Amino acid sequence: MRALCWEGVDELAVRRVPDPELRNAHDMIVRVRRSATCGADLPLLAGRVPFLAAGDVLGHEFLGEVVEVGPAVRRHRVGDRVVVCAAVACGACWFCRQGLFACCDNGSTGAAAAESAWGQPTGGCYGHPGPLGGFAGSHAEYVRVPYADVGAFTVPEAVSDDRAVFASDAAPTGWMGAELGEVGPGDVVAIWGAGAVGQLTARAAVLRGADRVIVIDGYDDRLRMVDRHVGAEPLNYRYVDIPAELRERSGGRGPDVCVEAVGMEPEPPGLLAGRLGGGGADQSLAVREAVHTCRKGGTVVVLGTWTGFVDTFPLGAVLNKALTVRGARQHGQRWIPMLLDRMARDELRTEHLATHRLPLERGADGYALFRDRTDGCVRAVFSP
Amino acid sequence: MGRLARGTIALAVAAAGVAAGRALPVRRRRSWPRVSGADPRPARWQVVTVAGPPEAVLPGGRWPEPLRRLDGAVELHARPAPGGRGTELAARPLGDSPPLPGLAAHLVGDDPGLLIREALRAAKQLTETGEVLRADRSRLDRPGAAG
Repeated sequence: MRALCWEGVDELAVRRVPDPELRNAHDMIVRVRRSATCGADLPLLAGRVPFLAAGDVLGHEFLGEVVEVGPAVRRHRVGDRVVVCAAVACGACWFCRQGLFACCDNGSTGAAAAESAWGQPTGGCYGHPGPLGGFAGSHAEYVRVPYADVGAFTVPEAVSDDRAVFASDAAPTGWMGAELGEVGPGDVVAIWGAGAVGQLTARAAVLRGADRVIVIDGYDDRLRMVDRHVGAEPLNYRYVDIPAELRERSGGRGPDVCVEAVGMEPEPPGLLAGRLGGGGADQSLAVREAVHTCRKGGTVVVLGTWTGFVDTFPLGAVLNKALTVRGARQHGQRWIPMLLDRMARDELRTEHLATHRLPLERGADGYALFRDRTDGCVRAVFSP
Repeated sequence: MGRLARGTIALAVAAAGVAAGRALPVRRRRSWPRVSGADPRPARWQVVTVAGPPEAVLPGGRWPEPLRRLDGAVELHARPAPGGRGTELAARPLGDSPPLPGLAAHLVGDDPGLLIREALRAAKQLTETGEVLRADRSRLDRPGAAG
């Protein structure tokens, strides 16, 4: 089959690779119809992630059609149109039973390396190397889906491929951001980052009844989407003093919930220039600003993946302001059925996020657009 | 024969097929058994928590696979986990020769603790999901399959 493979730092190419095969009884094989780029891929693309090898297939946010099921699969049949949660989880361990699917004990094939990195193994993810999965990515004609009954969900007929593909990762990540912040009626919510996750966090906050939802970014085209599609207030940090503006818009209190949805960038070009738009990797300026502006007793939620070691973090502000700081990779299995229902009811629209729909052969171009945010690219979505 | 080689053989012999028919008592105490002062073995236990009651983790009191294959090379204990989290399953190597210390063992790939931890994880997965999750094959695994 054809697949988009990582060939080296900033090098991608479509190659012929072996078809996936059933490796466990709970597996199924899906023919991919849509597969989206994601900010979590950028450190992989830049070669910043150990264990990634030339020839590995990228991609984890996808939708497709079931073509083969393992003997232990009960919920799916050949021909089903399914969206697959980017997080691989068993559904049976204690963490999965608590709804903490991204913390699954059995979702990765590289538990030993993950233990070394984080202290305990975490759930897996498609298109990530062993410690974070060990499963081929979805930028391919076919993909193997482990624990298929847990991670794959039949898409309602009323929901298009272009909408449902974001139920795989961006939409549940956004919903989780609002849920971790316990966003509810009366809240003022500030979100750093107007990419797909930031927009869908904002939409989740709106749907949960927040009084004001404010999204911060440096790209006007993305902020126009926030205004048009999300129903939230855009703020461009290039033009306004964000802490002062947030203080003013929240009656001097500071936002009740602050969400970092910027993600981490490959290389920080400079402390200020790198902010949100072009870098800022482990400086985490957005988190620092969120901590600074959040109201006393409020909650700061960190959604950006690949956060490693962050120094000069304002821990004193966390203490003195009695903040709660939370973070997670998404537990999508918890929310995907609900999100698909909301998509079917038109409460949650996502297709505008797919600014560039491309054939798989143009995968390298798609990632260049996405990485550099050129041509208004929010997400490139491939059709193999 | 050096310490490294002896440690390897101790586990390899056990893995070669010692059948385990021993029933395993489920412990209630708060801490795992400690070694005596003269015992050269390390006091470190490898422990996992398995979702499920002891009778599911150790059906009939028998060791779960693949730990069963390590009978004779490791000692195994189990106790209920607090908060209804299942069963804590602990193992450590038997034998009269201490393994290499951590870093050296990691460097030469001969740390019995790692092998035991791997076996514990596999036993946990088998109990919880019925199978041990396998990675996708890479291109290197199947060099002739495609270019």
